[in-house]
Amino acid sequence: MSDIDRTLEGGVRLELHGLSKRFGAREVLRDTRLNISPGEFVAIVGRSGCGKSTLLRLVAGLETASAGRLRIDGRDVGGLRQDTRIMFQDSRLLPWRRVWDNVTLGLPREHHDRASEVLERVGLGDRGGDWPARLSGGQRQRASLARALVHQPRLLLLDEPLGALDALTRIEMQQLIERLWLKSGFTALLVTHDVQEAVALADRVILIEEGRIALDEAVPLARPRSHGNADFARLEQRILDRVLQKPDADVSAGDRGWPGTPVHGLRWAI
Amino acid sequence: MTSQVRELPSTAIPVEPDGPGLRPSFLRPFFTAVGGRLLPWLVPLVLVAAWQAASSFGWLSTRVLPAPNEVLRAAWALAESGDLWVHVKVSAARALLGLAVGGGLGLVLGLLTGSVRIAETLLDSSFQMLRNIPALALIPLVILWFGIDESAKLFLIAVAVFFPIYLNTFHGIRSVDPGLVEMGRTYGLTRWQLYRHVILPGALSSILVGLRFSLGLMWVILIVAETISAQSGIGYLTMNAREFLQTDVVLVGILLYALLGKLADGFARALERWWLRWHPGYQAAA
Repeated sequence: MSDIDRTLEGGVRLELHGLSKRFGAREVLRDTRLNISPGEFVAIVGRSGCGKSTLLRLVAGLETASAGRLRIDGRDVGGLRQDTRIMFQDSRLLPWRRVWDNVTLGLPREHHDRASEVLERVGLGDRGGDWPARLSGGQRQRASLARALVHQPRLLLLDEPLGALDALTRIEMQQLIERLWLKSGFTALLVTHDVQEAVALADRVILIEEGRIALDEAVPLARPRSHGNADFARLEQRILDRVLQKPDADVSAGDRGWPGTPVHGLRWAI
Repeated sequence: MTSQVRELPSTAIPVEPDGPGLRPSFLRPFFTAVGGRLLPWLVPLVLVAAWQAASSFGWLSTRVLPAPNEVLRAAWALAESGDLWVHVKVSAARALLGLAVGGGLGLVLGLLTGSVRIAETLLDSSFQMLRNIPALALIPLVILWFGIDESAKLFLIAVAVFFPIYLNTFHGIRSVDPGLVEMGRTYGLTRWQLYRHVILPGALSSILVGLRFSLGLMWVILIVAETISAQSGIGYLTMNAREFLQTDVVLVGILLYALLGKLADGFARALERWWLRWHPGYQAAA
C-alpha cells in the first residue's frame, strides 16, 4: 500500500443540520438533515431541478447555506476546503495544459511525484504528455478523476461525472471509481440522474424531491455488484418507481378502487 | 472589431495528372509536398512574368509602371547606397514603438476592465465612445498638438493599435469559461495562480486576434503619417521619389510596406501557433 492510500485518516464524517438554500424567493433546498459516516458512499438521485446539485455545491463550499449548519468531523465549516475535491460533469480540464500539468494543478511541488502514480491507476499512465483535446470523453473524465485523487481528498464529490459518457464507458468508469474508493477509503457523495448507477456504486441512495429528502434507502448488496443480479434489479426498480412516483407494488388492488381508475382519482368533465 | 476570425491551417491541393502509368508511385509524395509548397506562388509569378513581358514589349509605359527588373535594380541601388536600411529602420522603429505604447496600454487596460467590475463601469463606456473616432480624423489636431515631428506619428499609431487590443483583451477575459474558474477555485488556486493558469491563457487566443488586427492598422497609419510629413522613413522615400518622377523607387517603397506587413503577420501567426498549440485548430497539419 503506497503513499496515495490514506486508510488511516480515511474519509470525513459529514453532517447536515437543517441545511436550506434560497435563491431569491425560490427555496431550492429545505431543512435538509443528513448524516454520512466516514468512508461511506452515498448517492443522491432526483429529477432535474430538485435541488440535488445545490446540495452538492453547498457541501463543496461553492454556495453558502441560507440556514442550517454543515459539520465535518464534528466541526462547523463554511467555504472551500482542501480536504474536499469535486469531479464535474464536464471534465473541466484546462485545455492549454497537458494532462500531467492538469493533474498537478494546485498541487504542492513536493507531491508532484504522486501524479504519475495516480495517472497509472486511472489507466492514463502513458497519456500524461497529451493535450486534453486529444483525449476521448472517457479519458478526460479519467484525467479529471486523477486530478481529484492526487490531492488525497477525504471527501470526494461527484457531480454527475458520468452523465455525458456512453453506456460502456460509464460501466468501466463506475468500476474504476468503486475500486479507487475501496482502496483509498474517502467519503463519497455522488449526484446522479441514473438510478442504476446509484445502486451500483452507493451504500445508500437518497432521493430528493422538491428540495426535501424523500427517501433514504440502504443498498445491502455485496461488492462487486453485477447489474444482472436479481436483487440489484429489484432494488433499482423500487427506487426508480419511487422517483417516478408510481404507487408501491405491494399496495393491494382493492385500495386502488376499480381497475382503470387513475391513481389521482376520477375527474369529471362537466 | 471583436469578431474573431481564425485562419485555420490549410493545405493547397496540388493539381496533378492522376494516371498510375504517368508517374512512378514513389515520386507522388514528393510531388505532393513540393506542389503544396509551390502552388501559392504560382499566381504571383505569372503576374510578374506578364508584367515583365508587357514592359519589355513596350505595351506599358515606364512612367506608369517600370518593369520588374527596373524595380529590382532601383532596390539594389538603394540597398547598396545604404539609404534603404536607414529608411526601413526608421519606419520599423516608429511602428514598433507605437505598437508597444498603444498595444501595451490596450493590454493593461483590457485586463483591468475585463477583471475588475468597477474599472469596467468607470472606463469601458468612455473607450467605446472614443473607439468610434477614426485615428486618421485626429491628424489636424495631432499636428496642432505635436507639430509634425516624431511624437505626432507615434501618437497616431498608438491610438490606432490601442482599440483592437483593448477590445479583444476585454472580450477574451470575459469569455473565459466560468466552469474552469470555479474548478480552479475548488482546487485551491490563489488569486494570482488563477489569473496566470486559467484566466490569462483562456483569454490569449482573443488577445492574439487583437494583435493581428493591430498589426494591420499599424502599417496603414504609419504610411499615412509618413506621407504627410517626414524627413526619413519609407513614406519619405516614396514621396521624395514622386517629386523626381522616380516611379521605380515609389514601387520599391510600396513593396517594402507589403513585405514588412507580411513579416509582422507571419510573426503574429508564429506566436499563435506556439501559444495556442494546445488548440486543435492551430495544430498545424504539416
